[in-house]
Amino acid sequence: MRGVRHYPGFLALTLVCLTVLYAPLLVVTAYSFNGSTSITQWGGFSWRWYADVFTGPESARFGLAARNSLTIAVLAATAATLIATAASLAMVRGGRFRGRTASFALINLPLMVPEIVTAVASLIFFTMVGLRTGYGTILIAHITFCIPFAYLPISARLEGIEPFFEEAARDLYASRFRAFTQVLLPLMAPGVISGWLLAFIISLDDFIITNFVKGAGMETLPTAIFGSVKQGIKPNIMAISTLMLAASAAVVTLSWLINRRGQRSP
Amino acid sequence: MAAAIEIIEVVKRFGATTALESLTLSIADNEFFTLLGPSGCGKTTVLRMIAGFEPVSAGEIRLFGQNIAALPPDRRPVNTVFQHYALFPHMSVIDNVAFGLKMKGVDLAARRARAGKMLEMVHLSAFAERLPAQLSGGQQQRVALARALAPEPRVLLLDEPLSALDLKLRQAMRIELKQLQQDTGITFIFVTHDQEEALTMSDRIAVMSAGRLQQVGTARDIYETPLNRFVADFIGETNLLPVDVEAISQDASRVRLPGGGALTVPGTATPGRHTLSIRPERLVPDPAGPLKARLERVVYLGTDLHLMTRLQDGSGLVVRMQNSARSALPAAGEVLSIAIEEGAARLLAD
Amino acid sequence: MAGAPGAGGGPKDAGWGPLALPLMLPTWAVIGIFLALPVLLMAVYSFLTREFRGGVEWQFSLAAYDQFFVTRGLFGDEPPSLEWTYILIFWRSLWQAALATGLCLLIGFPTAWFIATRSPRSRTVWLFLVTIPYWVNLLIRTVSLKFLIRDNGPLNEFLMGIGLTSGPLPLVNTNLAVQLGLFYSYLPFMVLPIYAAVERYNFALSEAAADLYAGRWRILWEITLPVVRPGIVAGCLLVFIPSLGAFLAPDLLGGAKNFMIGSLIDEQFKGSQGNWPFGAAVSVILMTLVMLALLIYARAQGRGRA
Repeated sequence: MRGVRHYPGFLALTLVCLTVLYAPLLVVTAYSFNGSTSITQWGGFSWRWYADVFTGPESARFGLAARNSLTIAVLAATAATLIATAASLAMVRGGRFRGRTASFALINLPLMVPEIVTAVASLIFFTMVGLRTGYGTILIAHITFCIPFAYLPISARLEGIEPFFEEAARDLYASRFRAFTQVLLPLMAPGVISGWLLAFIISLDDFIITNFVKGAGMETLPTAIFGSVKQGIKPNIMAISTLMLAASAAVVTLSWLINRRGQRSP
Repeated sequence: MAAAIEIIEVVKRFGATTALESLTLSIADNEFFTLLGPSGCGKTTVLRMIAGFEPVSAGEIRLFGQNIAALPPDRRPVNTVFQHYALFPHMSVIDNVAFGLKMKGVDLAARRARAGKMLEMVHLSAFAERLPAQLSGGQQQRVALARALAPEPRVLLLDEPLSALDLKLRQAMRIELKQLQQDTGITFIFVTHDQEEALTMSDRIAVMSAGRLQQVGTARDIYETPLNRFVADFIGETNLLPVDVEAISQDASRVRLPGGGALTVPGTATPGRHTLSIRPERLVPDPAGPLKARLERVVYLGTDLHLMTRLQDGSGLVVRMQNSARSALPAAGEVLSIAIEEGAARLLAD
Repeated sequence: MAGAPGAGGGPKDAGWGPLALPLMLPTWAVIGIFLALPVLLMAVYSFLTREFRGGVEWQFSLAAYDQFFVTRGLFGDEPPSLEWTYILIFWRSLWQAALATGLCLLIGFPTAWFIATRSPRSRTVWLFLVTIPYWVNLLIRTVSLKFLIRDNGPLNEFLMGIGLTSGPLPLVNTNLAVQLGLFYSYLPFMVLPIYAAVERYNFALSEAAADLYAGRWRILWEITLPVVRPGIVAGCLLVFIPSLGAFLAPDLLGGAKNFMIGSLIDEQFKGSQGNWPFGAAVSVILMTLVMLALLIYARAQGRGRA
C-alpha cells in the first residue's frame, strides 16, 4: 500500500494530458523552422519563414494587425485594470454597501455570457447607437470583457491584505490618501500587475468578439491569422504562431514570478 | 495633574449588539494602565476607540482634557503597537520606524537619525536595512514598539503585543516594556487577556467582562480584594464558598460557613446568601480551623501541593501547601480541619 | 481578538464604505452600458423584422423564432410542424460539449489529483506546465491542432511510420476532431477547480476509510469524490459553457458537417446573406440555456452549503 494519495495510472494520464496540450505547439514550433515551402516536407532547418514574417509579401498586413493588437491590448488592459482596482476596493474594503450583490454579478457578467453572444450583442449595440465599427469599438469591447479578468487577481490580493496595515499607517499620521498610496497600493501591486497581464493576454487572445465588432478593413493579429488560415496553413503562419507562443509564455512566466514574489511578503 | 485619558460614559454598539456599556475611566499621565479581560470583553474596542479606528456610539474620550472624538486617527497624538505588529512588509525596518515622522513632515535626515536612535533603544541597529519578513517574531515586536514610539506619542496603546511570542521571550519582554515605560515617561495603555502579564507590569488594572468594567485598581487591590465573583475567579485561583450573612456590624459581617463554623469578615452585606472568596494559599490545615473537609486527592505541582477537599455540604475546597518535607502529608479520605488566615476571606458583592 | 469589529462575519468596512459607490461607478457604467444593455437590446432585436442586406426594420415580428422552431415545408405551403434543423444543431452542440466535458473530466481529474498530491514545490511547477498552453492564443492552438492531425500531417505520418495504420486516419472534419479541439481549448478550466478541491481535501478521511477496510477505488468513489464534488461540478461547468458556444474549434476542425451553434450565429451576421434577428434569436436561446445551467449550478451549490 503506497498511501491513500497514490492511484495507479494517474501519472500516465497526467503525461497523456501534457502530451495532448504540448504536442501541437511543439510540432508547429518545429515546422516553423522548416526550410521547405511545402508544409508536409522537411526541408532542413531555416529561419526563412521568420524573415518572411518581417519582410515577406504579407509582412505589412501582419505588421499593422500586430500593432493594432498590441495597442488595443495595452489600452484595454490599462483601462480594465484601473476600473477593476476601483471595483476591488469597493467590494473588498467597502463593507456592505447598497447594490453590493448586484455589483458582484455585474463584474462577473462578461464571464457568464458566452463569447459569441457578447459578440452579437456588441455588434447590435454599436450598430444601433450608430458607432462606426473599427478600432474604437474593438477597444470598448475589450475593456468590457477584460474587467473581470483584471478583477480576479486584484481582489484576491486585496483580500489577503489585513486591514491593520492601513490602520497602522493612519495611526502613524498618514492621511487617508497617503495611507492608500504609501501602504495599500504597494501591497496591492503584485495583484494589480497580475491583473494587468491577465487582461493583456485575454485581449490579445480574443478572436470572436473582435471579429464581430472590427468592421471592414480593420484587422487584429487573430483576425488576420484566421483570414489567412482559411486558405490553408502556410509556413509563415507557423512562424507567427511560434512568435506569439513565445510572447505568451514570457508574459505568463513574468506574471508567475511576480505572484510568487508577492506571496512571500504578505 | 490632568489625566492622560478620560473615558466618559462611552458606549459602543456594533449594529444591534452592544460591545461596551457606558464605560467611565480615568488614566493618569505616566501610568502603565492595563485593560484585562477574556476575549470579547470589549477591551480591544476601547483601545481602537482611543486610537480613532472606531467611532464612539455615545460618550466622550478626552486626551489631556481635549475631546478627541471628532479627530481621525492621523490627527491623534497617540500611537499603537498592533497585536500582529502590522509592520509594512514592503519597507525596510528603518523606513517602518521613520514612517510616522515622514507623515508628520519631518525631513529625511532628522527622521533617519531619530529612527536610528529608536532602533538603538530596542537593540536592533544592525537590522535597520532588513525587511520585516527577515526578522524573528521577537525582533518584529521590538520594531513595532520602536515605530510606535518614534513620533513621541503622548499615549502608547499596546494591543496584546506579546501574545504571539513564546513564553521565555514574553517574560523577558514584560520587564523590558516596563523599563521602557519608566524611561520614556509615556502613558502606556496595555490590553491583554493574560492576568500574569497584567499583574507583573501594571500600575493599575481595569478588569473587564462582557462589555462592562468590573473593577479598577492596583494588582494587589484586584488580587487581594476582588469586588465580585468574576474578578475573584478570573484573577488567580480561588475558592468560592456559599455563606449566609447573619449579623452586620459597622464595617464587618458575621457569616455562617458551610458545615456550621462562623467567621467575621471585613465588609458589609445584606443578610442572606452570599459568596465568600478565599485564595487556596491562604488556607492551612489546622486542628482548630472552622472548616471541616474530607481530603479527596493530593495534586502534586512541584513547588506546591494542592489538597482537593470536599466540605460537608458537597462544595469543593482547594488548599495550597508548600511542598516541604517537614510537614507530613495527610492521607486521602481523612477529614481535615482547615483554618482561614486572618483577613483572607473576602465577601463578594454578588 | 477581543471585541473585534464586524464579528458578525461578512465583508469588513475598513473605512472605505463611503467611497464604495463612487468606486463601483466605472464598473457599473462600462459593463452596464457596453454589455448588460447590449444583451437586452439583442433580445429586443430578435423580435424585429429582418431587412435584406443585413440589419433590421423596426417592426415587431416573431419571424426569427418562427424560423427556428416551425417549418411549413420547402415552399411554405404545408401545415406548420416542428422544424428540426436548428434544434438538431443545438442538440449536436450540447452533445459535443457534453462529450468534450466528459473527456476533460476523464483526463483532468487524474491530472489534478496527481498534481495536488505532489510536494508543494513541484506542485507549482506541474500546475504551471498545465496552465501555460491556456495562455497561448486559442486560435493558434486550434490551428496547431489542425496542423498536427490533418490527413497528411505529422500525427498520421507518425502512425503510418510505426505501422499502426496503413493509410492516413481521417481526423479533420470529424466529431472527434471537434471534441479534441474543445478538450484542448478548455482542459485547464477542468484541472484548476478540481486541483483546488483536492488540495483542500483532508486525506485523513481516506485513511479513515482505508482503516475501515475500504479498498483504494471504493475510497475514491464513496469518500473522496463526494467531498471534492463542488470542484468537479465547477470544472464541468467551466468547460461545458464555453464549449457550447464555441466557434473556432468547430469551424476550423469540424467543417461544414459538424456545424455548431457558434457557426450558426456567426453566419447570420455575414454579408447580405445574414439574418440579424434570427442570429439574435439563436443567441437569446443559447444564453437562456447557459443561464439555466448556471442557475441549476447555483441551486446545487446553495443546497450543498446548507
